[in-house]
Amino acid sequence: MPKVDVENFVDNKTVRLALLGAPNCGKTSLFNALTGGRAKVANYPGVTVEYRKGMFALPNGQDVELLDLPGVYGDCGHSMDERVAIDAVRGNLEGERQPDGLVFMMDASHITTHLHNVLQAKNYGLPVVLVLNMMDMAARDGIDIDIGQLSEMLGIPVISCVAVRASGRAHLLDFLSEWTGDVLHGSAAKPDPEADRLQELQAKARQITGGAVSRIQQAETFTQRIDRFVLHPVLGLILLLGILFVMFQAVYSWAGPGITAVEIIIGWVQSAINVVIPEGWLRSLLSDGIIAGVGSVIVFLPQIVILFAFILLLEASGYMARAAFLVDTLMARIGLNGRAFIPLLSSFACAIPGIMAARTIEHEKDRLTTILIAPLMTCSARWPVYFLIIGAFIPAQKVGAFSLQGLVAFGLVIAGIVFAMIMAFLFKKTLMKGAKSTLLIELPSYKAPVFKDYLRGLWDRAMIFINRAGRIILPTSILIWFLASYPAKSDTIRETFAGKIGSVLEPILKPIGFNLEIAISLIPGMAAREVVVGALGTIYALGADADEKLSQTLQNAWSLPTALAFLAWFVFAPQCLSTLAIMKKETNGWKWPLFAFAYLFALAYAAAGITYHTAIAFGL
Amino acid sequence: MTLRDLPKHRPAKIMGFHTDDPDKETRLREIGFAEGDLVETLHFGLFGRNPMSVRLNGALIALRSAEAQVVLVDPINA
Repeated sequence: MPKVDVENFVDNKTVRLALLGAPNCGKTSLFNALTGGRAKVANYPGVTVEYRKGMFALPNGQDVELLDLPGVYGDCGHSMDERVAIDAVRGNLEGERQPDGLVFMMDASHITTHLHNVLQAKNYGLPVVLVLNMMDMAARDGIDIDIGQLSEMLGIPVISCVAVRASGRAHLLDFLSEWTGDVLHGSAAKPDPEADRLQELQAKARQITGGAVSRIQQAETFTQRIDRFVLHPVLGLILLLGILFVMFQAVYSWAGPGITAVEIIIGWVQSAINVVIPEGWLRSLLSDGIIAGVGSVIVFLPQIVILFAFILLLEASGYMARAAFLVDTLMARIGLNGRAFIPLLSSFACAIPGIMAARTIEHEKDRLTTILIAPLMTCSARWPVYFLIIGAFIPAQKVGAFSLQGLVAFGLVIAGIVFAMIMAFLFKKTLMKGAKSTLLIELPSYKAPVFKDYLRGLWDRAMIFINRAGRIILPTSILIWFLASYPAKSDTIRETFAGKIGSVLEPILKPIGFNLEIAISLIPGMAAREVVVGALGTIYALGADADEKLSQTLQNAWSLPTALAFLAWFVFAPQCLSTLAIMKKETNGWKWPLFAFAYLFALAYAAAGITYHTAIAFGL
Repeated sequence: MTLRDLPKHRPAKIMGFHTDDPDKETRLREIGFAEGDLVETLHFGLFGRNPMSVRLNGALIALRSAEAQVVLVDPINA
């Protein structure tokens, strides 16, 4: 997850505010609404692992620098991300000045459970305002809050707010216009310190809510009615599997028109090049190198977008924390934490944010185990590989009501998960012995996602994919084109530079059914897994009919056992330098990334070999 | 009785916390468990009631039995 880098403002007219509060209380929604910022909004605990900064101007022209901090309940900082929040507020964060004031956000529906946290926040010695968010939903649930009385009893200003609506933020903005002036001039009241002991704070908080909050007991809320089904130990797990299954089916069934459209555009560019540029090395570079390389990856954009449309919807609706609850019973069996589900799920996008999100896990050994198995989750960089090979070798037929291609993809994803569980179990029994794991999370109420935030999240994901194609796949495609085209008199790929490099790896990979072209493509594939597709695109484009699609070329060039072995290899796919680099950063050394590479390589090699020879034995 | 053994849908009052691990108590308090609060178990995981989800002052909280057995409760007679 990239950190938004806003220049450090030294302008002393700018007031620096920090957003503090429990997970899921709407900090990131408010941050996005105020700053137009690109911080990701999600509805499960632990999504804001790094803090984000953004600038905005209040109605009276006052500039505000806003810090969006990870959700935190108390002031202890049990996990790495909680410590970031606490350090930021205390002014202990490297390269950050202490904020001038705290905007403490709270989900109004949860005021009784969380009020002691704002009492605790008064002890940071900074001016504090309590923002009660989602007042509309609290009212719907029969909770009536006397804002004036609450403010008086707490001894700090209290503002009601509906962060996702402009009208719901107006009151807050008006208040901040005045308050920030006081904060800057030092005339904003610093709250009186409260007791240190949590028990005393809770007693005081209960006394305050007893006076200022009245609650009409409601029969059963909307969320509770749904949860009777969603959180059911058997039905809930079936539903979760069903949702994942539909997700992978949709990726294959719905993307067709999108893929065709991208292919048509690539075709236009290709023919334009053939018309404008004369036959020669430049045309070959553009057509066989760049278009074949980058194009063969970009064509999977529709499928990536559909995949994330599902993931983001599950996150924003509040379902994801429930998925963590449902799988925790299984996670406990292998000695892992239900919280590990969230980093692991992020790893379906990319192992890098997943490995970083593991910071929410308190126990170090649990965190290490989660980091080690994160690369086994099917990251989006593997999808282009799966799409290409499945599209080329698995017939597009129906099995009952399901597409066979979707079933194979689902199976590969499940294989990754199963091996992750097995490896986690083994690690916990050997290397990571003795760590106890816990689960203690709030399950947020269901909400309809904010459409704008949802679209922005989807747009961000698509742009990350396209940027990767530009930054990583474009240069490697050019390099591959050069290595695979020269020396100029080469008749076959074997005589080129690329062939010479690949032939070093070839003897190692031959026993598992991989040919020279695969050996060559795996080397640049270290940069990013989907580069393999681009590299294959370039390698085969140089030797093939320009009009032939890569999948058709592969059908002729590869045997079915080779294709299946290649798929099995990518379930484990040890090669990804960025993943190894982030592992080094998060574990402070090369020990764990090297270990991860070794164990993933061994598994990939064994899986591909077994698949290849089994397929041959069955006469495929 | 501890929260771990509380029958499903039986409301109970939190009486206190009992643990050798002060960190556990802190975490439970931070997320909202406190003496005098009403708590009710709603959902259980597939194996051995673990994890469980409980209703606490309008919030829904998921926790494992290792944490639930720290919370002392007194069931309210219906």
